[in-house]
Amino acid sequence: MSTASTEAAEPRDARDTGEARSADRSVSGAEIVFDDVTKTYPGQTAPAVDSLSLTIPAGQVVMFVGPSGCGKTTSLKMINRLHEPTSGTITIDGEDIRSKDETELRRHIGYVIQGGSLFPHMSVRDNIALVPRLLGWDKKRVASRVDELLDLVGLSPERYRDRYPRELSGGQQQRVGVARGLAADPPVLLMDEPFGAVDPITRQRLQDELMSIQEELQKTIVCVTHDIDEAIKLGDRILILQEGANIAQYDTPANILAAPANSFVEDFVGSDSSLKQLALMRVSELDLHDAVTARVGDDGAEAARAARSARQGGVIVLDDKRRPAAWVGLREAERVGTLRASSRDLEVVDHRATLNDALDSMLAASHGGVLVTGRRDEFLGVLEFDTVTEHIQTLTREARTGESDEYAITPSEDELQDSSVEDDTGSGSKHGSEDDADPSRGEQA
Amino acid sequence: MWEFVSERWQDIAYRAFQHTSLVVQALVLATVIAIAVALLVTRVKALEPVANAISAIGLTIPSFALLGLLLPLVGIGTLPSVLLVTFYATLPILRNAVVGLMGVSPLLMESAQGMGMSAFGRFLRVQLPLAWPVIMAGLRTSAQMSMGVAAIAAYALGPGLGQYIFTGLTQIGGQNAVPYAVVGTVGIIILALLLDAILLLVSRLTTSKGIRA
Repeated sequence: MSTASTEAAEPRDARDTGEARSADRSVSGAEIVFDDVTKTYPGQTAPAVDSLSLTIPAGQVVMFVGPSGCGKTTSLKMINRLHEPTSGTITIDGEDIRSKDETELRRHIGYVIQGGSLFPHMSVRDNIALVPRLLGWDKKRVASRVDELLDLVGLSPERYRDRYPRELSGGQQQRVGVARGLAADPPVLLMDEPFGAVDPITRQRLQDELMSIQEELQKTIVCVTHDIDEAIKLGDRILILQEGANIAQYDTPANILAAPANSFVEDFVGSDSSLKQLALMRVSELDLHDAVTARVGDDGAEAARAARSARQGGVIVLDDKRRPAAWVGLREAERVGTLRASSRDLEVVDHRATLNDALDSMLAASHGGVLVTGRRDEFLGVLEFDTVTEHIQTLTREARTGESDEYAITPSEDELQDSSVEDDTGSGSKHGSEDDADPSRGEQA
Repeated sequence: MWEFVSERWQDIAYRAFQHTSLVVQALVLATVIAIAVALLVTRVKALEPVANAISAIGLTIPSFALLGLLLPLVGIGTLPSVLLVTFYATLPILRNAVVGLMGVSPLLMESAQGMGMSAFGRFLRVQLPLAWPVIMAGLRTSAQMSMGVAAIAAYALGPGLGQYIFTGLTQIGGQNAVPYAVVGTVGIIILALLLDAILLLVSRLTTSKGIRA
């Protein structure tokens, strides 16, 4: 299944990296701006969201994280007006969201919640087609869109479109949930703990798939999670909230990890933040080593000679579709004569895998490196352990020097002091920096 | 007995048809009323205990007594029969409709709202279809009960097989008393079983494959 999605959702050159994002790709997302938004629930004195000002740049993934009750979900649901702000305005693409009819607004905002929340009485097709049908698309367009989306999320349309949600695994349901959110091609996708209900391995795969989908589509994605690791992995930037949706820090994952704004962020991110950076980096961002390759059926001794002259310790055997089939040492290659596919599972990672995943595989492998594959599982090169450690050191140095970020909101420590420690009790606390730090105003000035 | 039935075959068939017709029409009416009330109850949470109390107490009123109360108000004939059967038919459906509609996950309802479905669309295309199997279960209980209640309606000169039972009772000791009562009773049982089978089929056909047990 992940193979299918790789093929369907991989329009890019395998070497293209996340850094080039939004530079060369057309952004289909829209900018979302919170301007002094406050939400007080009836019967409560402390606001759930207290004068939140924030700019979510078009085409980026912004993760809302924070302890439970910090107002992250409320903030998210105000974007599609499931909750109405008590005061303040929210604009999407410069347009006040209250200027439109609320059902009309929602049909143009994708909404994905935990477990996919598929309607159990509707087939996969009907679930995905729901919003397009509400928008009055004709039958043909709806049908082709359903198949297109199933392909995008790595589910074969022929096999899955007529199934009912209960006939799908949790991961598949979640994929359909994402497809449903994207059905009408909305510029904005809201996700509320989208991968909370699946097991860790499936979650990791779904996250990878979401990232590759996002590389292609460049939507504005706002995603609520309580999992800081998920935020670091998926987010272009992360919004860390304290009680009352007060911004503790709003910045890129790298900057948050390298320079937490205050002790609250530090505690929230955790002490092993340099290790967490591994989840930020993709295998594709690193230089891969070329390796001596041979085909299945080639002469082992000859391949070993070629490897020796290239000062390589092994030979990578590829099958007829250039997929890695075996990774043999020189002695073994000489001994076996004809090279064959290995019966053991190879330690292979996708070029989009995180360094975290790659290191995992290295530990399991005995080669001090891991094979990297690209589109359609074709062999790209070998990622070596030393390359990874060097890269981590470089990035850490860069982040420490602190590149400035136009959208970043980093209140100083003393501004947050009163609320940073007792995040569950200090409900009345309010920090006064939003007005100065309001990025949209700053930009206009 | 055989002679009794074959002599009156046409009359029995006609009464059986009337009996079923009365029950089915009352059921349709009851279903609409029950779902409408249940919808109101799910919107106004304070009404839920009230609705539950009505369904519980309503079922304890003896049907014979209720018919007696209806007669001075609406006279005799078909009208009191329909009112009587509808009243009892509504109660089990109402109870199940409240349970069914309330049982739809709030997460799904919010999901539907977040996707831009209107309030009516959410009810018609999400809440009602998901509650449908539970409502149909109530409908089947209701159908069984209504078959019996409809027999009482004959007391007010309503249509149906109830007439046979009453005839049998009034002629007690007479030659045909037992056949009358037996034909009426067995006939109603057969009709009830048939209707239940049909409703089971309808329930399966109208319930989405995705939520069928």
